[in-house]
Amino acid sequence: MAEPVAHFPASTSKSAFPYLLGAGFLVVLAGSLCTAQVDPRRLLEGDALANAARFLRGAFPPDLSSEFLGHMMRPAIETIQISVVGTLFAVLIGLPLGLLATSSLAWSGVLHERRAAMGRWVLGFVPYAVARGLLSVFRSVPEYVWAFMFVRAVGLGAFPGVLAIGVAYGGILGKVYSEILEGVNPRPLETLHAGGASRLGVVLYGLIPQALPSLVSYTLYRWECAIRASAILGLVGAGGLGQQIELSMRFFKFDEVVTLLGMLFCLVGAVDFVSGRLRARLTR
Amino acid sequence: MRPGASETPTRPETQTVPPRPRGHDRRGWLVSAGFVALIVWSYRGTGVDPGQLVGPEGLRQIAIYVGGLFPPDLSWTALRDAGIGAVETFAISLVGSLLAVGIALPLALLTARTLLYRGVLFEARPLAPGPRALRIAIYAGAKALLNLLRTIPEILWALIFVFMVGLGPFPGVLALAFHTGGVLGKLFGEVIEDVDPRPLEALQATGAGRVRIMIYGILPQAAPQFVSYALYRWEVNIRAAAVLGFVGAGGLGQRIHVTISLFLEQQLLTLILAIYVMVTLVDALSAYLRRRLV
Repeated sequence: MAEPVAHFPASTSKSAFPYLLGAGFLVVLAGSLCTAQVDPRRLLEGDALANAARFLRGAFPPDLSSEFLGHMMRPAIETIQISVVGTLFAVLIGLPLGLLATSSLAWSGVLHERRAAMGRWVLGFVPYAVARGLLSVFRSVPEYVWAFMFVRAVGLGAFPGVLAIGVAYGGILGKVYSEILEGVNPRPLETLHAGGASRLGVVLYGLIPQALPSLVSYTLYRWECAIRASAILGLVGAGGLGQQIELSMRFFKFDEVVTLLGMLFCLVGAVDFVSGRLRARLTR
Repeated sequence: MRPGASETPTRPETQTVPPRPRGHDRRGWLVSAGFVALIVWSYRGTGVDPGQLVGPEGLRQIAIYVGGLFPPDLSWTALRDAGIGAVETFAISLVGSLLAVGIALPLALLTARTLLYRGVLFEARPLAPGPRALRIAIYAGAKALLNLLRTIPEILWALIFVFMVGLGPFPGVLALAFHTGGVLGKLFGEVIEDVDPRPLEALQATGAGRVRIMIYGILPQAAPQFVSYALYRWEVNIRAAAVLGFVGAGGLGQRIHVTISLFLEQQLLTLILAIYVMVTLVDALSAYLRRRLV
């Protein structure tokens, strides 16, 4: 049998890039290994193994007593409710800011071709820039940090979780909404414009019908993310299953932790299923 | 039909639009009504009170808090602390992502059905029923393991590993590695299963064995996507690493936890800015690497 050719044409190009990249990568990796205090021996020490054994022994069998399950129904429902209201708040924050942050609505494109006065342009551009900046701030602070700050502001419970999801996801939704609105096919808008439609008419009959399915579909996707987040935000005191997981973990009740993880798994699966079905119908 | 027979002239352009199916419409209303009910139920259940925030008292509180954040603490000690935290977060995300690739690759090979028991590789020499059943069992086991790794969120893995090996960045690394390992394993496995079969068939027609087909047919097609997914997960992990510290797993998160707990708002803003810079840098670096490598 013939041996495969030793050199492919593409591999004959002489460039220092792979070597530089490789060397730089090794240096950064070595530094990172030191900084992160990675030490596999720590995993195999007596303490770590004993703790792992303690965790696994404690975790099985999971606590499926009806008393515990009954107590956990309330947090499980709360997790769903936080995700729904959090997503609602995210839409309420993201939609207006997203509309302001859409360049084709605020200051450029078909809608503004007819009257290109400098004053109008500034009137559109300033809110545009402010909205972009706000969305970027909302988005770049992680939702845990928001949750923690809101727990400080309004106390423990579901409300800070709702606010954290609302603000963090509002930032994401606003950005994605503006991208969707900017990405619509401009030709129907131009046609409407040429037909003498007013700005509002162009928006209502040209922009919205094109963008709506994508907007709703992305919002539903964010709801799926929100149920995961709402379960975890409880770790900093923002209600839901996460708070219970944190408590059970702190009291070393690992059998309860496993049960709670199972419940979380079912909730996430259910929301994924509902949202997936709806999105499939929307984008069909 | 004779022209002009009908009294009212037909308007063909209005008839080309088919009528909306009625059942479809009713289902849409039902779904919408269901959603409205869900929102109302949730709104009442969570005890949300926007008045608490938007009322004059709430707004004053927010203004005081936001005012307290400024100016960010740019003293030497605060900056050094934020710098150390940022480097630690970077290290956790990098090592965690690499370990995740290390976990994902072998599991992906075990969950790619086209490598285990079906497809081109097994056309020339089909498996005996015994080995075939064994391989299906291996596939199912590896798939279940990946699901388990992926289902438990990073922050819970971090709780578990903090319990096992104590505080510090190391449990953060392990937490990222386990969760991301599950995610990447699933993605890698799907990439392997979805490669274009034609090159594989061509190789097989020349008489190449299974190993040769894997090395020269599957790997070259899959490798760029592996790199691309790994880089993407690195971007996700730098954000995750920044908050894992909340449960004691090092990095910026641990420092943020301390500053919020002690009401050190100006230092908090410095740390948030550090996260922002960090995330932006890693996104840019990852985008650059993706352009060069993929």
